[in-house]
Amino acid sequence: MRFSGLRVLKEGLTGNRGWTPHWRDPEPKSEYDIIIIGGGGHGLSTAYYLARTHGLRNIAVLEKGYIGGGNVGRNTTIVRANYFLPGNSEFYSHSLKLWEGLEQDLNYNVMHSQRGIINLFHSDGQRDAAARRGNAMINQGDDAVLLDRDGVRRFAPYLDFDNLRFPIYGGLYHKRGGTARHDAVAWGYARGADSRGVDLIQNCEVTGIDIEGGAVRGVQTTRGAIRAGKVGIVVAGRSSQVAAMAGMRLPVESHVLQAFVTEGLKPVIDQVITFGMGHFYISQSDKGGLVFGGDIDMYASYAARGNLPAVEHVMEAGMTLMPMIGKAKVLRSWGGIMDMTPDGSPVIDQTGIDGLFLNCGWNYGGFKAVPASGDCFAHLIATGRPHPTATGFRLDRFRTGHGILDEEGTGAQHNLH
Amino acid sequence: MRITCPICGERDRREFYYRGAALDRPDPETGQEAWGDYVYLRDNPAGRTRDLWYHEAGCGSWLVVERDTVSHSVLDVALALDADA
Repeated sequence: MRFSGLRVLKEGLTGNRGWTPHWRDPEPKSEYDIIIIGGGGHGLSTAYYLARTHGLRNIAVLEKGYIGGGNVGRNTTIVRANYFLPGNSEFYSHSLKLWEGLEQDLNYNVMHSQRGIINLFHSDGQRDAAARRGNAMINQGDDAVLLDRDGVRRFAPYLDFDNLRFPIYGGLYHKRGGTARHDAVAWGYARGADSRGVDLIQNCEVTGIDIEGGAVRGVQTTRGAIRAGKVGIVVAGRSSQVAAMAGMRLPVESHVLQAFVTEGLKPVIDQVITFGMGHFYISQSDKGGLVFGGDIDMYASYAARGNLPAVEHVMEAGMTLMPMIGKAKVLRSWGGIMDMTPDGSPVIDQTGIDGLFLNCGWNYGGFKAVPASGDCFAHLIATGRPHPTATGFRLDRFRTGHGILDEEGTGAQHNLH
Repeated sequence: MRITCPICGERDRREFYYRGAALDRPDPETGQEAWGDYVYLRDNPAGRTRDLWYHEAGCGSWLVVERDTVSHSVLDVALALDADA
């Protein structure tokens, strides 16, 4: 079924009776060429690009819950390419380009909205850092504009520019950044993969990985054993547990990151705004809710819910930056489990076990990476070589110390990102 | 989340700085592999874990806290000096 304006009109006039499920609900077969463990955004996009770009068909995605029920449906939906380090920069640039063609490619409305992102700065030093970052973004071929106070004021007059402690000096404006509808991204990739023959198997938890003679042979699941010569692990939040099934320990510590949404309001925040002196970022959904978040809770957790100190910090940061949101009622908050790596950058690599591939460690930046992560992981699985934009995401960079990707510059150590 | 400091008593989590997993420090001569594992690789359990916390806004002690990463319950707290970490 193809979506089009004409189709929407026709269905609207005939009682919307012609819509069909977006994907099948197949029984697992006993063998596939490739198994992707994890039906989140990255797993679905991996399966999609394996089918679309590499023409592979005999693929299963195994999801322990349901499609769209994990972190892909629990984030603040921000899409950007404002990275600085070689190794990260080209990858996120590649991802943003894929985002820009995604709706046409998937024939699915993911509500990708390039409304712009403004990263505020509050001191001369931060202005210099923003200018440097902006130059790196432009060198990568992406866009960045350094705004002064009046430049920011034109976009966001409601900010507390003269806050005594954290006055706003300006902002780095990334025009092609924005947001997307997170659920639709999962659904669009799921539909695209399914229509190319990929079996999406939900409620199917992997309980073991079969390895013989240093090569992967398949997986054990709650729905029986499934054989495959190639297996990809893409299970952010649970990476350590699944990797342990293959006898691996990862450079990952799991942390909870909370996010919040308010009641629906009239349009008031047109861009994505981030605070430079506290961890706070905010945008307004098309439904009107203010969607915002902050930092991780800062201790290892699998609870998928946070504690109040982090909530308090986020609310304080929001009130410091834009006091006007003080009367908005918070409707919901939620927590997602993040794979935190020592340098804050991900891993897309082989594992040392033949046929077993690993995609993990997205920290709190996985959503914007969904297209490129899938594209690059599919490339690695299909060809055995890293994609040109993802050569830096090596698993061994911590052991060797070579190629550490510490974007924040805080040091490659757990608990610093 | 509240942590019972052996010196100060039960205190709010905000008084403490979280450092990470409480691990045995390898012998200085064990080589790069062991040190790489110690610095970077983690068991990262979903369940019981032991980690290091610093009572920053209290007595300044380093604590080994045994807790559950799924329920957030704190099971046991000992001074790192005494713990066999």
